[in-house]
Amino acid sequence: MTPTPRVKTFRIDGRDVVGREDQTVLEVARENDIRIPTLCHLDGLTDIGACRMCLVEVQGWGRLVPSCVTKPEEGMVVVSQSERLARYRRTILEFLFSERNHVCAVCVSNGHCELQDLAEEVGMTHVRVPYRYPGLAVDASHGRFVADHNRCILCARCVRVCGEVEGAHTWDVSGRGIQSLVITDLAAPWGESDTCTGCGKCVQVCPTGALTEKGHSVAEMSKRRQFLPYLATMREGRR
Amino acid sequence: MNRARLATVWLDGCSGCHMSFLDMDERLIALAERADLVYSPLVDSKEFPEGVDITLVEGAVSTDEDIEKIRHIRGRTKLLVSLGDCAVTSNVPAMRNPFPVVQVMERAYVENADIRQGVEFTGVLPRLLDRVRPVHEVVPVDVFVPGCPPPADAIHYVLDALLDGRQPDLTGQTRFGR
Amino acid sequence: MTPDELREAAQIELAAQARYTQKVSVCTAAGCASCGGVQVKEAIQRQVAEEGLKEQCLVRSVGCMGLCSAGPLVAVEPDGTLYHHVAPDHAPEIVRGLDLALPVKDLVCPTDQPFFARQHKIVLENCGRIDPDKLPEAIAAGGYEGLAQALTTRSPAEVIHEVTVSGLRGRGGGGYPTGIKWTTVAKAFAAEKYVICNGDEGDPGAFMDRALLESDPHRVLEGMTIAAYAVGASRGYMYVRAEYPLAVTRLKSAIRQAERAGLLGKNICGTPFSFDVDIRLGAGAFVCGEETALIASVEGRRGAPRPRPPYPAESGLWGAPTLINNVETFGNIPSIIRKGGDWYASMGTEKSKGTKVFALAGCIRNTGLIEVPMGITLREIVFDIGGGVPEGREFKAIQTGGPSGGCIPEHLLDTPVDYESLHELGSIMGSGGMIVMDDSASMVETARFFMEFSMAESCGKCVPCRVGTAHLYDLLDKFARGDATPADLALLEELCDVVKNTSLCGLGISAPNPVLSTLRFFRHEYEEKLKAVTA
Repeated sequence: MTPTPRVKTFRIDGRDVVGREDQTVLEVARENDIRIPTLCHLDGLTDIGACRMCLVEVQGWGRLVPSCVTKPEEGMVVVSQSERLARYRRTILEFLFSERNHVCAVCVSNGHCELQDLAEEVGMTHVRVPYRYPGLAVDASHGRFVADHNRCILCARCVRVCGEVEGAHTWDVSGRGIQSLVITDLAAPWGESDTCTGCGKCVQVCPTGALTEKGHSVAEMSKRRQFLPYLATMREGRR
Repeated sequence: MNRARLATVWLDGCSGCHMSFLDMDERLIALAERADLVYSPLVDSKEFPEGVDITLVEGAVSTDEDIEKIRHIRGRTKLLVSLGDCAVTSNVPAMRNPFPVVQVMERAYVENADIRQGVEFTGVLPRLLDRVRPVHEVVPVDVFVPGCPPPADAIHYVLDALLDGRQPDLTGQTRFGR
Repeated sequence: MTPDELREAAQIELAAQARYTQKVSVCTAAGCASCGGVQVKEAIQRQVAEEGLKEQCLVRSVGCMGLCSAGPLVAVEPDGTLYHHVAPDHAPEIVRGLDLALPVKDLVCPTDQPFFARQHKIVLENCGRIDPDKLPEAIAAGGYEGLAQALTTRSPAEVIHEVTVSGLRGRGGGGYPTGIKWTTVAKAFAAEKYVICNGDEGDPGAFMDRALLESDPHRVLEGMTIAAYAVGASRGYMYVRAEYPLAVTRLKSAIRQAERAGLLGKNICGTPFSFDVDIRLGAGAFVCGEETALIASVEGRRGAPRPRPPYPAESGLWGAPTLINNVETFGNIPSIIRKGGDWYASMGTEKSKGTKVFALAGCIRNTGLIEVPMGITLREIVFDIGGGVPEGREFKAIQTGGPSGGCIPEHLLDTPVDYESLHELGSIMGSGGMIVMDDSASMVETARFFMEFSMAESCGKCVPCRVGTAHLYDLLDKFARGDATPADLALLEELCDVVKNTSLCGLGISAPNPVLSTLRFFRHEYEEKLKAVTA
């Protein structure tokens, strides 16, 4: 039997907050209306600490830590907003915008995109690093969905929702480093995937216009995620 | 009061940013009281003059002529403002960047041409650069105003701040894309 | 094999070896094998047979003797002659020399030179002295004595205490105190625990682990088994890169032999303690040397790191407490158990105890494998042991720690080699690769080389490492081409800061080190590369 999680009192941005030790700093921050930017995090999916947007400072700790996977500790002092963190968050967004071809103006997800929203939120008005302009494919082989790798930020939400919630594990990441690519099955066209159930969860959790439904024009694709907290709650309940 | 000298230029863009500029509507009148528009596609002046206080640049840098132009302008401008996504990110014009120029030209003037198929380099038209670039990759830029186009309110806010001698903070004012 | 049987086996082997009046040992580890070591051994074997000396002269394969640049190496006992640059054609001369006790002058490699004299071998004590494929030879050289001692005379807590007292720190590069790591795993409450040996040596120019696994695999297995006993694990994995086929072959044979001899597997040394070891091959990803990525890889998943905590000691392989140590760390254990933690702690510096194995490569006369006491200066390593830079060139810098380390210039060569001193210089101890560069080397290009490596080896999971290393590489390339501007220099420094402070795992965190250290000591080279700004 697992012991009952204890309750911890700590501080975020000068405010006293209370969290259970099995929560994360991010969860506790949100409960207290303290906004920490996130990108790869999505309620209901396992956190992987990959996007580094939610990095926070903890007094006395040498390194910045991702709040999405950091557990509360008694008396810890967390800083979620600082000049330094703001600079890092901006640069990380610049990295993402420069990595692939994010042409917001003609994107189906224009106006409904978490990457776009974050740039506005953290005041990232331009990208100082050179754009990389990779030549990337658009996979429209699926009957209902499109995968546009030009817009993908490799947050792996699709990989996680497909594996953890739908249980199909159609999506995974191939290649490494800057050559990484989300793939269906063993890099087969999406439409030919044997494992894809066509549930569309990957599309709905995708933060950008990388995975979208067909039949949408510019700015028409907004995502519906209502199903996720329900499924996640049910899954938690089963445990 | 010293009236500021304002200019706008149009590189590789759709002119939508200039339309948005005009969408400032009656505020243009107030603006005209504070600044002279000394060069712009909206007015009839042939030479980019010296001693310009603020220049708004619409569009990305796509040709050798664009490079020459923006360098010339930078040399004569105190505050250079990248106006809109094409200037800031190179946006739609840069969608050709993953492809070689020759391939782009073939697609436009041979494969998809109905009449007079063929690519001619006569030297009259500016040559396309290998890659379209945002303005700040070519010359230093002082203020960035993203948006496709940036809303008239944002343009007004920026001009107002700059004319007051303040550095505008665009957080929450405009965004990439819409 | 009980301790008594172990002693008996050692006696039998020593007696068997004593039947020969001469022993010819040919290095067939990767370095010498690549320049004909195996053929040399066969030629000498044939020659010995032809001359009817088979009964008195033993010809055998041994592991690495260290001086790789002079290979193939052949050692002759009992007269202690070492031959270098031996070719199969030399076999008749060498064998004739044996009979007359007259060494072949042209081939003699002096063993009193500093390269050999200045070393202090613990981990490598049997490398080049035993046939790695023959368990009895390992046993005769003291192999498994420490294990037998630990299992039959000490409690797990006593074993850990000995390791703690020794002051041994992780030899994979991190330098985490081994005793503390073992204690953490030992104290973790779990039905199943694992021990993993990290043999995913991937730094360019590093070949310490390979040499040890090829030359004395039993020592590593013994260290792992002692660790398993100490922390309460019954299963272990040896993670070796597939690019080390010879090491894998020898390890496999070593595991088989040790199991047959009751030194691995069920009821080791006749005690109730059992421990099984399996080999897992790495598929060529540098990031799999990072412990959480390595664990993912062992589990059969994509080799990508995950944020720590929880550390593997608490939740590692399949969620179980897992002890993960590097090959060399395990290689130190048998000696520490046999001779005591105090003995080990008597060597080295205050915070870095014992010895460290280094692979010397680059512009240095004596390329090869060395083991030196901690605290020795870089200058002694480069100029005494390494023999300095080859004729006509000047020393410029020494690179330690591979793509996670930095370049140290001439005026800091008197720095003692220990974890803290190297860290202060913006480099790291790393796993032990040392690359010497002469005055013809460009520091900008060196930084670009390592950044290209980090970029290619980034797993792609976290944004700063995936995209940041690519931008850093492009910027360094711009410098190398002479196209960079002062703004690029500022951007280079800023991006280094971002990647270093925001990356998820050690690969990204340390990827900027080669740039930062060359900027620190050779900034002028970057400045000289700046594009002349035209009016």
